[in-house]
Amino acid sequence: MNLVTIALKSIRQRGLASSLTALSVALGVMLMVTVLVIHGIVTDVFSQRSIGYDLIVGPKGSDLQLVLSTVFRVAPAIETLPYQYYLDLQNDRRVELAIPFAFGDFTEQGGFPIVGTVDEFFLNEYAPKQEFQIRGKRLSRPFDAIIGSQVARENRWDIGSEFKLVHGGAESDHVHDEKFTVVAVLAPTGTANDRTVFIQLEGFYQIAGHEQNLIQSIKRQREFYGQSLDEKEIAKEAEELTKKFHLDEPHDHGHGDGHAHHPHSHGTPVVQKRVSAVLLRMKSGPTSIALSTELKRGLQAQAVNPIIPMARLMNTFVGNIQKVLVVLTALIILVSGVGIFVSIYNSMSDRRREIAVMRALGAGRQTVFSIILLESILLCVGGGLLGVLLGHGLVFVAAPFVEAQTDLVINPLRFERLELILLPALIGLASLVGFVPGMTAYRTDVARALVE
Amino acid sequence: MSLLLENVRKSYREPDGHMLPILDIPRFELASAEQVVLVGSSGGGKSTLLNVIAGISTPDSGSVTIDGYDITTMIEAARDRFRAQRIGYVFQTFNLLQAFSALENVLLGMSFSGRPVDRPHAVELLTRVGLGHRLSHRPSQLSVGEQQRVAVARALANRPTLLLADEPTANVDVANQETILRLIRDACRENKVSLLMVTHSADIASQFDRQVNLSEFNRVGAGA
Repeated sequence: MNLVTIALKSIRQRGLASSLTALSVALGVMLMVTVLVIHGIVTDVFSQRSIGYDLIVGPKGSDLQLVLSTVFRVAPAIETLPYQYYLDLQNDRRVELAIPFAFGDFTEQGGFPIVGTVDEFFLNEYAPKQEFQIRGKRLSRPFDAIIGSQVARENRWDIGSEFKLVHGGAESDHVHDEKFTVVAVLAPTGTANDRTVFIQLEGFYQIAGHEQNLIQSIKRQREFYGQSLDEKEIAKEAEELTKKFHLDEPHDHGHGDGHAHHPHSHGTPVVQKRVSAVLLRMKSGPTSIALSTELKRGLQAQAVNPIIPMARLMNTFVGNIQKVLVVLTALIILVSGVGIFVSIYNSMSDRRREIAVMRALGAGRQTVFSIILLESILLCVGGGLLGVLLGHGLVFVAAPFVEAQTDLVINPLRFERLELILLPALIGLASLVGFVPGMTAYRTDVARALVE
Repeated sequence: MSLLLENVRKSYREPDGHMLPILDIPRFELASAEQVVLVGSSGGGKSTLLNVIAGISTPDSGSVTIDGYDITTMIEAARDRFRAQRIGYVFQTFNLLQAFSALENVLLGMSFSGRPVDRPHAVELLTRVGLGHRLSHRPSQLSVGEQQRVAVARALANRPTLLLADEPTANVDVANQETILRLIRDACRENKVSLLMVTHSADIASQFDRQVNLSEFNRVGAGA
């Protein structure tokens, strides 16, 4: 009969007290596991795992603002980039994939951000190893829209729903005339894509009010590239574009959906198109750094690795709260540990005779000390393992409900690496709380205890 | 010779700081396989003597030699191991561990000896004391007589050379007293185990060839 069996027998002997102390540890660990899993999910939201691109290229300014606008779609970008620069990046040998991104409007209902992009956006991973799952058709006509799961749920929109856009923000009173039609709904991704309405970039440019003044557009593009701002040259270029694109011939046209729109039937000159940002996937890591460095020195743009500002954002907003939660749950486990201490210590006076008998049968002081310590460890580890199961069970059961309410994507079997330190931590805690009762057993006066 | 005590003294410190002598034994011996009954007045130091022989208490001076080994020179851990391997102890109040079954109580005694646990031997011992059908019963599920029989089996589990029995029949009914006594004596005889039994019963004492009164060889005598 080994010491573990002896310790287990003693635990079973005090079944109710042992169960309650183990349960208190289990509940503490359950809370800890839940907090760790939530921590992991929130960290994912604020980490590289929430975006499948290496770099975000945007106008010079705050990198955090660029990330907030592009990744989290909190507010539209104030500055924009020339569309031509997106084309340049697309042709850059270092770039594997370039996706244009235009964010400036919100839905009239619900105030969800509207992003103009290209169909390729949906063909690529939105986060590492995460692909969009689309129910419906792809974007083919300018006024087609694909909506995120949260938009669909909150606005009760589905394929075929029509909606209008509000320029510049939900609080704005400028509602565009154009009506968009939902052609597809995205499955939940746990990212800002869930609360975004995607439209064709071409459609975005065809919205009244999105057209840029030609002269100003030429001037801004020239400024961006550091080219001549000679007014004659600008006027000449404008004249050529006007003729080429028939920009002086106002006419309405249909979109096959019976809606009237402003004159853009001949397409919009590249110079008049702007994008909020360009999402880049690079061919290799070093090229990301090279491009970032290049932009810092040259053009009026910046290339940001989103992980850095996102980590900063995480630390600013949720980092401390989560640290507090982790510390609080650690304290709960500590209190449970004190519970184990009290339970075992209180039992020691009743067990003096039992310990004395073991000693009389030949058990050494170290042996009885080890038995008590093992009891503490078994209670702590047993409670801890139960807590891990309960914690993951809770996540497993709650995941579908939370997903339905928040659009966070929760893997019910998600396991946090930090959980691995729970077991050694519990053993350490158990050793600590088992030490004093263990020493009581160690010091038991056998002769006296046998006659008590 | 199985047991030899020489110049053994033992005293306890009283609450007021004075030392209270309990034992002062110039010489006491027990031959191999000999069965001796120890009688004496209550509080005369009989239990203290058994504890000193078992190595549970250490004497203030003198030597306690068992099978040629002076246990007073051993460090505590060695003494514990020696006790587990060579000395069986039957208590007046049985002292079975309530969390363990009859068989487990016997196995528990074996597990502290440092030798492999001999389960068949434990079963054999319990069968020998008439409890082969109650191996998995907890002490609370056994009668008083049965509990003491388990205690006897446990004391013999490690094949000791010396069995100490502290009033083993004091808490059992008359019907069981004879059974217990016969069990202990027969088992010791069969296994050539020396037996030192403490009793207050004149009837039981009279059954032994050698009866010793503690006061006869303990200089502290009745004053203890």
